[in-house]
Amino acid sequence: MGNLQFTEQPLSDWMNRDGNESNIVISTRVRIARNLVEYPFPILATNQQSEEVLNKFEEVLNDERMKPFGKLHPIELADLDDLDKQVLVEKHLISPSLVTESRNGAAFISDDESLSIMVNEEDHLRIQCLYPGLQVKEAWDKASAVDDIFEDHVDYAFDDKRGYLTSCPTNVGTGLRASVMIHLPALALTHQIGRILSAVTQVGLAVRGIYGEGSETVGNLFQISNQITLGQSESEIIDNLYGVVVQIIEHEKAAREKLLSDSRIRIMDRIMRSYGTLSYAAVIDSKEAAQRLSDVRLGVDLGFITVPLHALNELNVMTQPGFLQKKQGGNMSPGERDIFRAKVIREHLEDNVQ
Amino acid sequence: MQCQECGKRPATLHFTKIVNGEKTEFHICEACAREKGELIPGTAGGFSIHNLLSGLLDFNPGASGQTAGVKSAENLRCEKCGLTYSQFSKLGRFGCSSCYKYFNERLDPLLRRVHGNTTHVGKVPRRVGGHIHMKRKLDDLRRELQYRVLHEQFEEAAALRDQIRELEKNISAE
Ligand SMILES: [Zn+2]
Ligand SMILES: [Zn+2]
Repeated sequence: MGNLQFTEQPLSDWMNRDGNESNIVISTRVRIARNLVEYPFPILATNQQSEEVLNKFEEVLNDERMKPFGKLHPIELADLDDLDKQVLVEKHLISPSLVTESRNGAAFISDDESLSIMVNEEDHLRIQCLYPGLQVKEAWDKASAVDDIFEDHVDYAFDDKRGYLTSCPTNVGTGLRASVMIHLPALALTHQIGRILSAVTQVGLAVRGIYGEGSETVGNLFQISNQITLGQSESEIIDNLYGVVVQIIEHEKAAREKLLSDSRIRIMDRIMRSYGTLSYAAVIDSKEAAQRLSDVRLGVDLGFITVPLHALNELNVMTQPGFLQKKQGGNMSPGERDIFRAKVIREHLEDNVQ
Repeated sequence: MQCQECGKRPATLHFTKIVNGEKTEFHICEACAREKGELIPGTAGGFSIHNLLSGLLDFNPGASGQTAGVKSAENLRCEKCGLTYSQFSKLGRFGCSSCYKYFNERLDPLLRRVHGNTTHVGKVPRRVGGHIHMKRKLDDLRRELQYRVLHEQFEEAAALRDQIRELEKNISAE
């Protein structure tokens, strides 16, 4: 494959549109899992079977009703080099297991990158829609519309009692996983995060976050998603997730207010120091970069700094190992990456702040 | 602390997964995290649910009745793809859609444990699920009928009864 358009820019076009609550919610993702009844699941499919599955789905792209979703580019994983694969993963356009485990794995990605249809991942078909900010209902509606078109052409594995049959029992039923990426720095700084997130898990939702050496999360980014796919309708799942996220947003806003009123100078100092580090550092590892970017993102919302949010979203992707190496044009050691990462951040901030 | 996945590299990611209030700690290295899970922007790696599953699948219904029940479960085999139940519990994945049929007797406790439920109530595909659409419609009509009778709206109730009869005839004709 010559030039892969999807690995050139850090930010997908869909992320440049206005999102709801985008000072707190980064993005919304909905994916639905579907399988064909007449083929074994990808884990047991032969090379020929998975090829047939891919061909069947590729034909669906010719359906006139797919047009409104933009041109879909079929990409076979076998044609990509490792860095391109890594960048697609870092941009959430494909899943890591499509890279590592899949036979005849492929993705159909729309021009604006808001729709990515994965083939021969854990399930035969995974329809994924991405939206900026908090737009769970919108993302589900779109994924469901795409699902309807596919269903007209292929025979899905569906059971009256169990619903849509999936390779993994955690996805059976609706096959729906809706998730929201949320930035919660003030709840973290005011030590409320543990209490709030554990409350979230009481209502059938899962929280994922990455922890560094200590107990502090890196970048204060959390992914909140539905855990249950069976026994709840799609609209219940969507409404539940939306309702809980709205409440978390309220708590985060209240915590930001409290930071401003109780410790304005201290929080300002922290943010400006992080801004200074990002603007002038010569070496920075990914963990520190994520933490400083989180501070600066908070600083923008509190009105201390003016950096466009899209520039910060871009940096979240640009500072990832795959994207850094793609941009540099080859493999780098972690040490070399830390130096290049610092340079990329400095220059990107300079370009976006006059 | 060593990575609990590979046991070779030091664990650099300390990750808490909480499912229905139950907390599970993971301590894994970056390489394993990258291999396992969905990535989160601004972070080094993620984690997926598969490792949790193998634990869940070994679940024996009733702590006492371990001998007979478990033996027969091990002999369960999907006639279509050949996967055995014990392979399924190691893999954490079904081999084909027929596995659901052949392992059916074992699935209720497993699904209840994962989802708190055993029965789908969501979207139904238009083509494959035609009769489910009719059954659901029937349920709706019956509920409405009850309501109308309760509120003594007999004219509406009579019309509903006709509709229900018609639908029942269609369903049994299938
Ligand atoms: Zn490891
Ligand atoms: Zn099977």
